[in-house]
Amino acid sequence: MSLDSSDIEKIAHLARLGIDPERTARYAADLSNILDLVARMDAVDTAGVDPMAHPLHMVQRLRPDQPSEPDQREPFQSIAPLTEGGLYLVPKVIE
Amino acid sequence: MPWETVIGLEIHTQLATQSKIFSGAPTAFGAAPNTQACAIDLGLPGVLPVLNERAVKLAVRFGKAIEAEIAPRSIFARKNYFYPDLPKGYQISQYELPIVGRGQVEIVLDDGTVKTVGVTRAHLEEDAGKSLHEDFHGLTGIDLNRAGTPLLEIVSEPDMRSPQEAVAYAKKIHQLVRYIGISDGNMQEGSFRMDANVSVRPVGQKALGTRAEIKNVNSFRFLEKAIQFEVERQIDLIEGGGTVVQETRLYDAAKDETRSMRGKEEANDYRYFPDPDLLPVEIDAAFLAEATADLPELPDAKRARFQVDHGLSEYDANLLTATRELADYFETVARDSGEPKLAANWVGGELMAALNKTEGDLAGCPISATRLAGLIRRIQDGTISGKIAKQVFEAMWNGGGDADQVIEAQGLRQITDSGAIETLIDAIIAANPDQVEQYRAGKDKVFGFFVGQAMKQSGGKANPAQVNDILKRKLAP
Repeated sequence: MSLDSSDIEKIAHLARLGIDPERTARYAADLSNILDLVARMDAVDTAGVDPMAHPLHMVQRLRPDQPSEPDQREPFQSIAPLTEGGLYLVPKVIE
Repeated sequence: MPWETVIGLEIHTQLATQSKIFSGAPTAFGAAPNTQACAIDLGLPGVLPVLNERAVKLAVRFGKAIEAEIAPRSIFARKNYFYPDLPKGYQISQYELPIVGRGQVEIVLDDGTVKTVGVTRAHLEEDAGKSLHEDFHGLTGIDLNRAGTPLLEIVSEPDMRSPQEAVAYAKKIHQLVRYIGISDGNMQEGSFRMDANVSVRPVGQKALGTRAEIKNVNSFRFLEKAIQFEVERQIDLIEGGGTVVQETRLYDAAKDETRSMRGKEEANDYRYFPDPDLLPVEIDAAFLAEATADLPELPDAKRARFQVDHGLSEYDANLLTATRELADYFETVARDSGEPKLAANWVGGELMAALNKTEGDLAGCPISATRLAGLIRRIQDGTISGKIAKQVFEAMWNGGGDADQVIEAQGLRQITDSGAIETLIDAIIAANPDQVEQYRAGKDKVFGFFVGQAMKQSGGKANPAQVNDILKRKLAP
């Protein structure tokens, strides 16, 4: 499978990555190589093998439903660029 | 061309937990901004989500209530998108292998027919935070208290064919989640939010038309209006030669219209993948049994039982099983009074009218079920008439004590002494010779006049049946 420049631009946009346009072609080639490897693995007959969601053969531990986290707004907001009235302020997003 | 409407709903219901789905931050409503958002909810580096056991149990309860298959093994996935109220850049949800599989609910349509609506799946996920767009000098304020709140997203099949059916289904799910105690269903606080997928197709066509998704509707009335508007918009569009675009739309209640949320399309590429921070969830028979052991009688079963056990009409049974609290209240009144039909009339009539008038709920009802039963017993044993009972009810509502206390204090005991009633009637007959003559001349309607006089002069306390009998006897020519 081969990716072209427009695929790379779309992926970069979805991931909010700024990339150097001059390197787009190289990224396309590199990522295509990775996908080729995946395609080779995909060709292996895996009938009868359960899909694996996690490499560990363990199951999720569950936590009792008890509030345990105290309010730490102050230290958290001390590292935020902008806050007001307890809110984090961010550039306006219009729906 | 006749069109057919096709609707499917996605309902997000907040699960009734004390803490968040993946963190130990509390979920109480109305806390000061960001005081219930911990490092996990904020997506700070190095944190690890740990699943809340109760959230899993509540999801399992729902699955059982809709007769769905509970997945013995389910997994969490990351749904990737960027929005400031989603600090991690992804929402933890379930994609493949949701916890609750295919199930179904029955809805009753206006004409009384019962329709089965399929539930495709229900999955656990975390809620996002809240964006406040006003009052911050052109910036947006973010409150992450809601981030990480456990949600159950309930996805229906596209089985509904009208806005009314969609509302009936949504109300059914709302009733169910409250019955089984998995959510408070509070719509004002956002605990129950609906998305509607709406499309139209020519009647007889098999393939589905292109759908639009109306997001985040939080009232049943708006749901009906939003779908109604959307159906008309799509039909007008197609009949005018246009095509429906698959997109997300928002309902504007003030303008009663839906409008496009532009730019959301490309963001719909969510790139789901299994969350490496969370292991598969396994549900064994013991867990399943524990989670569903105390499931209450469900509304459908209760409705059927009320008709059989208490001899209620389908209408009354439906009305009185609307919520578990109301059904329990009714059953106490019915049992304590021994008069289920009178109990149904009083609970469904006088009591609900009084609650509606004061916009109160049963929890704060000034008349307990036991006391209402006491009132009904006094009607039944002839101490008071049904009419006087309304007066007693009102006094009880206003804190006058139990029925016997009110009857005693206000002297409302019914007059059943036939001698006293005869004396009263003799006086009325003597005072109204013209009416007596009219009645004896065959004008039957005048009888009502005498009954009215007797009731009026006795202050409503004369036993109506006795009044009737005595009048008939005395007025006979």
